[in-house]
Parts: sequence; C-alpha cells; structure tokens
Amino acid sequence: MNFKLKDIIPQLITVLAVIFIFGFFTYNAQINMENRGIDFGYGFLSQESSFDVQFSLIEYDGSHSYFRAYLVGLLNTILVSIIGIIIATILGVIVGVARLSPNYLINKFAAFYVEFFRNIPLLLQIFFWYFAALRALPLPQDAEAIFGVFFLTIKGLYVPAFIWQNLSIFLYSLIAAVLAIIVIKVQAKKVQEKQGKQIPVFYISLGLLFILPLLSFFIGGVSLSFEVPALKQLATTSFIYEGGVSLPPELIALTLSLSLYTATFIAECVRAGIQGVGKGQKEAAASIGLTPNQVLKLVIMPQALRIIIPPTTNQYLNLTKNSSLAAAIAYPDLVLVFAGTALMQTGKAIEIVSITMFTYLTLSISISILMNWYNKRIAIQEK
Amino acid sequence: MSKINFLKPDKSNLSTYLYLGSFLFFISILDVFLNSFFNLNLTGFLPNFLSFLLPLILGFIGLHFIRIEYSGINKLDLLNKHINTNNFNAILSLLIIFVIIKSIPPLLSWFIIDASFAGDSKDVCSGSGACWTYIKVWIRRFMYGMYPNAEQWRINLSFIALMLLGSVGYFATDKFKKYLTLYYVVIYPLIAFLFIFFFISGGPVFFDFSYGIIAAILSIIIGFFIPSKFKFYYFLIVPLALYIILKYFLFFEEYIELGKLDGLNWVETGAWGGLSLTFIISFFCLIFCFPIGMAFALGRRSGFPLIRYISIGFIEFWRGVPLITVLFMSAVMFPMFLPADFFIDKLVRCIIAISLFEAAYVAEVIRGGLQALPRGQYEAAKSLGMGYWRMHIFVILPQALKLVIPGIANTFLALVKDTPLIFVVGLLEIVGMLNLAKTNPKWLGFAMEGYVFAAIIFWIICYAMSKYSYNLEQKYKTDR
Repeated sequence: MNFKLKDIIPQLITVLAVIFIFGFFTYNAQINMENRGIDFGYGFLSQESSFDVQFSLIEYDGSHSYFRAYLVGLLNTILVSIIGIIIATILGVIVGVARLSPNYLINKFAAFYVEFFRNIPLLLQIFFWYFAALRALPLPQDAEAIFGVFFLTIKGLYVPAFIWQNLSIFLYSLIAAVLAIIVIKVQAKKVQEKQGKQIPVFYISLGLLFILPLLSFFIGGVSLSFEVPALKQLATTSFIYEGGVSLPPELIALTLSLSLYTATFIAECVRAGIQGVGKGQKEAAASIGLTPNQVLKLVIMPQALRIIIPPTTNQYLNLTKNSSLAAAIAYPDLVLVFAGTALMQTGKAIEIVSITMFTYLTLSISISILMNWYNKRIAIQEK
Repeated sequence: MSKINFLKPDKSNLSTYLYLGSFLFFISILDVFLNSFFNLNLTGFLPNFLSFLLPLILGFIGLHFIRIEYSGINKLDLLNKHINTNNFNAILSLLIIFVIIKSIPPLLSWFIIDASFAGDSKDVCSGSGACWTYIKVWIRRFMYGMYPNAEQWRINLSFIALMLLGSVGYFATDKFKKYLTLYYVVIYPLIAFLFIFFFISGGPVFFDFSYGIIAAILSIIIGFFIPSKFKFYYFLIVPLALYIILKYFLFFEEYIELGKLDGLNWVETGAWGGLSLTFIISFFCLIFCFPIGMAFALGRRSGFPLIRYISIGFIEFWRGVPLITVLFMSAVMFPMFLPADFFIDKLVRCIIAISLFEAAYVAEVIRGGLQALPRGQYEAAKSLGMGYWRMHIFVILPQALKLVIPGIANTFLALVKDTPLIFVVGLLEIVGMLNLAKTNPKWLGFAMEGYVFAAIIFWIICYAMSKYSYNLEQKYKTDR
C-alpha cells in the first residue's frame, strides 16, 4: 500500500498543479472578458472582414469573411515555405557537398558561407534584404530587362506569365509519362533479378519525360505562349508593369533570407550524413566491383539519406515556422493577416491567437508523426 | 628531350610545362587583378565576349599544364592536390579566385576608402561609401536604447561588475572548485538579478516577479540541507509557501519602495533597449530555460505516466509554434489570463515567454543525452543504493550534459539570435533601434550601414559562442 502511495502522490500533485494553473487562467479570463464586455466564440469567422490584403493567391477583398482572410494568410505562408524549402534544399546540398570537397578553395568558400549566414539573426537578414538591398533596385521605368523578359525593380520582380491552351492534355501526358516510368522501373527490377540484365532506366525515363509532353504539343493541340510584362505610364512619374506575374519585394526578401539562412543548416546536415557513412562501406562496395556511380547510388546515398533526412525535415519545419517573421516586413502571411489585422479589428485575442498557434501546431505535429513513421521504417534492424 | 604532348603533361618535360603553365596562370590572374583594382582592360582589343572569358581560358590551360602528378616539387604537388585535382576543380578554383579578387575593391572602398568617419551630421556623408558617422552619432541609442544618457554608467558598471564576477571560475583554486557549480547556478544569477533589479532599473519594476526569485533561491539553498527522502515533497511545497509568505505577509505595500536606491532615478523597462537589452534578455532566458528544460527532460523519461504525458504535451506544444506567436500570446492574450490588478512588466513577460519556448528545445537536447547513456550507468547507480535524485545529480546528468554540450550551445545561439523578435511586444533591442533610427527624417537612407553594423556585432557574439562551445566540448570529452 505504502509503495503504491509513493507512486501516486507525485503524479497527483503534478496533475493538480496543472489543473490549478489552467483553472486559474480560465477563471481570470472569464472575469476579465466579462468586465470588458467581450464574449467568447468563433462566430466572427463568418463575418465580413472589410480589410484588404495586397498579395493573395485566391480571390479576396474586404467583402469576404474572416475565415477567407485566414485562408489567404495560410496559403501565403505555405507559398513562401515551399519556395524557401526548394531553394534551401538545392543550395544546402550543393554547399554541404562542397564542404567535403578535396579542393581547398571550394571547401573554405563553403565553410565561409555557412559560418557567415548561420551566425546572423534571421530577422536582421530579412531587414537587410528588404530595407537595404532591395531598396537599391531601380524604379520600374529605369529597370533593365534580364534576358528580355524579367524585370527586377524596386516594386518587385516581374516575370512572364504562361498562357496555356488545352493545359489538361499536357498534364495528362505528364501523368502518363510518370506512370510509364514506374511500370518500366518495376519491369527492369524483375528483369534484373531474373536474368541479371540491367536496363538503362534513367535514360529511358528522361526520354519519356521529354517525349510524351512534346508529343502533346504536336498532336494534342497544346500551345504555350508567354505574356511579357510591359511598362505602362500611370502619371508623369509613376510607372507600372502590366501583364505577367509580379512577385512583391516582401516575398523576394523573405524567400531569399529564409533560404540562405536555412541552407546553412541543411548543408551541415548533408555534410554530417555523408561523413557518417563509414569509409569501409565505400571501400567494400568498390572491392566487389561496383562502379563509382553505383557505389554512390546503391551504397553511400541510401545510408547517408537515413542520417540526413530527419534533421533536414526539422529544418523544413523551422523554415515554415520562421516564415512567420514575415510580419516584420508586412508580407501578408498567417501571422500578419490573421493574428495582426484581424485581431486588431475584432479584438478576439484568445480565439485568434489560439487558432494561429493551433494551425502551426497541426502542421508541425503532423510532419513529426510522419517523420517518426519514416524513421521507424528505414531504421537499421539491429539484433 | 622527348616529344611534347600538350594534352597530357608529363614529368619528362617538367620545366617546359611548369614555366608555360605558371606564365599563363599568372597572366590570367594579372588580367583580372588589373581590371578590378585599376580598371584597366588588357584584353580590350578583343571582342567583348572573348575578352570576358579570356582569363578563365588562359588560367584553365595554365592549370592544365602544371597538373603533373608526382613532379617531385613539393609546392607544386601541394598546389595540385589542393586546388587542381582535375579540370572541373581547376575551373571552380579559378572562378573562386576571380570572385575574391573582383569583390575586394568595391568592398574595400565601401567600408573604408570612400566611407566617412568624421563629423556629426548627415552632410559629411556625400560619398559613395558607407556613412559610419551615422553609427557614431547613434551609437548610444544602439547600445542603450532610450536609457537616459546621464544614467548609462549604471549599465556599464553593472556589466563590468558582472563580467568580473563571472570570470571568478578561472581564478578559483582547487579548494573552491567544488563550490563553483553552486556559485554559477544559484549565487551568480542572484547577484545579476539584484544588479538589474536595483541598479539598472532603480525602481519597483521587477517587484512582483522578485518574490518568486527570492523564494526559489532561498528554497534551493535550504534544500541542500534537507534529507533526500523528503526532498521531492520539500520542493513541491516550500517554494510556493515561501512565495506566498513573502508576497502577502512579509513585504507589505510600503516596502515597494525597496526597489529604489537613494539617488538613483527609476528607469522604466520601456526605455531599455539596444544591445544591452539583448544581453539582459539572453542572460536571463539562458538561466531560466536551462533548469526548466532539464526538469521537462527528466519528466519525459519519468516512470510516472501522467508526468510523462504532461511533459510531452509541454515540449511538443512549444516546439510546434513559432516564437513570434508565443510573443504575441504574451503580449495580447496573457494579460487576459491574470487577475485585473496583477501587473507583470512587459520585459518580464517577454523573458518568461522566451524562456518557456527555449526550455522545450533544451529539454529535447538533454533528453537526447539521457537516451545516449547506456543502461549500465543507471543500473550501477541503483545498485549502489542511490535514489532517483541522487542518481541523476551525481551519475546521470553530469555524463548526459557532457554529451550534449554542442546541442545546448546551438540552442543558446538560437536564443541569442531570436532576441530581436521582441519587437513584437514593442521592446526595441539593437535591430529594433536600427529600424527606429532608419525612419528618423534627419538620417534617411542609411539602412545599409546600420544593418551591416548590427550584423557584425551579432556575428562576433555568435561566432565566439560557437567557438567557446567547441572548446568546452573538447575539454570535457572523455573516451567512452
């Protein structure tokens, strides 16, 4: 009996303390809201928001609801995260591999990059790009075209828009190509296991990926044209580009700093992963007669990826969470649109902050569950 | 003399290749150098495209000629091994050399040659270089925020005193070494707190908060003399009881004047700022997040399921949300959760929020260290008859913490780099002050100088921290 009591009491006290703290907060919140005449509830989400957002992926203006404003913010957050993740991964892998290069100059250059960008606060980098670097760009009327179609100005980057005809047929052809590649890959594996013959899957897939969409242009009636942005005069000194797609400077500054900053961490993950594969593995693989490419593809990479992927996913999550710094330079992300403007208008602090936090929480927890599952699947089964 | 094959340099014609290759390489470097430093274009007579690519081509051919394996010349072999192993590496090396040569003159002229240092108004900054005058004029704001000029000696004095007190560990003799942990964990933070409470603030700013600190430290000190059997219950009850006694029975309202020293003016926390605020926040968050994180790391590995679930919930919650929303919460949502007459200063709320946030990360790092320890350590400690706390304090934690020094250093670095985010609650540390100074109508257009200045300061702090942690790691490395 005594033994059991010793087990129960600490837990009981902890739980009571937690309940007490939460109860205290809730009680106070109720009293405070009563005093200030605020009511609690999520009904405001369907009300008309009556504020405007300058950059939005979906149709939005003041007449839409607060829930739609939330969606606009969420989509903008996801947009900047995805672009950032793609750039950061490419840059991070290149720098990580460069840090292992036997070439002294390349090695030091990569190390310099990592040490430099990693030790400066991200917020400072965002401010630097947005307020100092991008402000030095030319006005729209003075901008010179890059390759004749891109215009980098103080008001943002203008790129040509794609105008598709029969886009669906093109997409179908792409899907068909991917399906064909999967079938070929499975077949190639069977052939190799049965007859020991190797089929050059890589070149075949590359060919398929080119030829099928190309065919869709000639046979399927797909056509692609570009709408190049053109300068338009609004007033004597005010110019603007029309047509094409415009990326606001906030988005550029944010993706640039996020990806430069996160790439340093990804580079370190990649380096650790490749270094983590024992030298003996490479030598053993070479000694059974694999070519250098095969060694990399069949022996090094599978083992290195096992080390690289979990911390890299963590960095992706960090990037997504760091994208909330967008609020500092007025890029309309979830925090700025919802926890900023919407909160100011409605005054529903508890509801809005909790929704915002819950959104980020869902995002990270779902990714970490996915990661745990992946880790379990690829873990080396020992003993 | 054998036949010369230019495609495949070999050892038999060593000197020919060496002179030819070095000459070409030298020419290519010289061309870029003259072009970048003196704006001379040696190859201007050629078509534009060719003149642009010529140094690269010449350098590439030169490097190709001197790529002779086992030449017998030490330096040449070293050069080949390091920057010239194959064609691809040669081109990359050349490109990097060119980029470095090209980027030196503009950087040099912006930073030093064309920059203006003298004067104290915007008029001197007409050149194309940096305007360091701007930094010079605003330096007090960047360092101390809105803290009154006449009172800034208080911050300086406190920081110098704390630095001296912090370096005590270097001079301690072996006799006093065992008390160092107690000193750094309990006494030093208390002194630092008193300095900031009485001296930098000079007012009743931290008051509500200070009861908790005093209670916690008193109870820790008494806690050393409590038999370990009752320690758990002691730490559950006594700190809270002490806090209540201090708040409601001992320190009455009239004692609120306690915070004021004679002759010192009260400076509100709203006026604090600049780099000194970065230091204050980082320091306190660092001190608070470590024990909290350790507690939750132990909680997550505890055998009691309820405690474990609560710890997991805490850690995953803070790790899942961005810091900016946590600060939002501390600014707009947290006051709603407190009684109407209960006042917590903005800075204190900020410190609590950042500490809890970073504590979750610290907890995960420490948990990694705990998991890495072999079971044998636990079993050996238990077989000696040690209880839970004794086992952890004397056997497990010292080894686990040693293992996770790099991880903890990374978390602390992240903490320092996160401090600028406090602009969300309206506190302006150095980056916030820069943004404020940038909008001053008298000093428009010097954003770049300010950000570069802050970046250099942060870089030095963070780089020094990471190097120090590396040294620490090497020092405590034990073979396992």
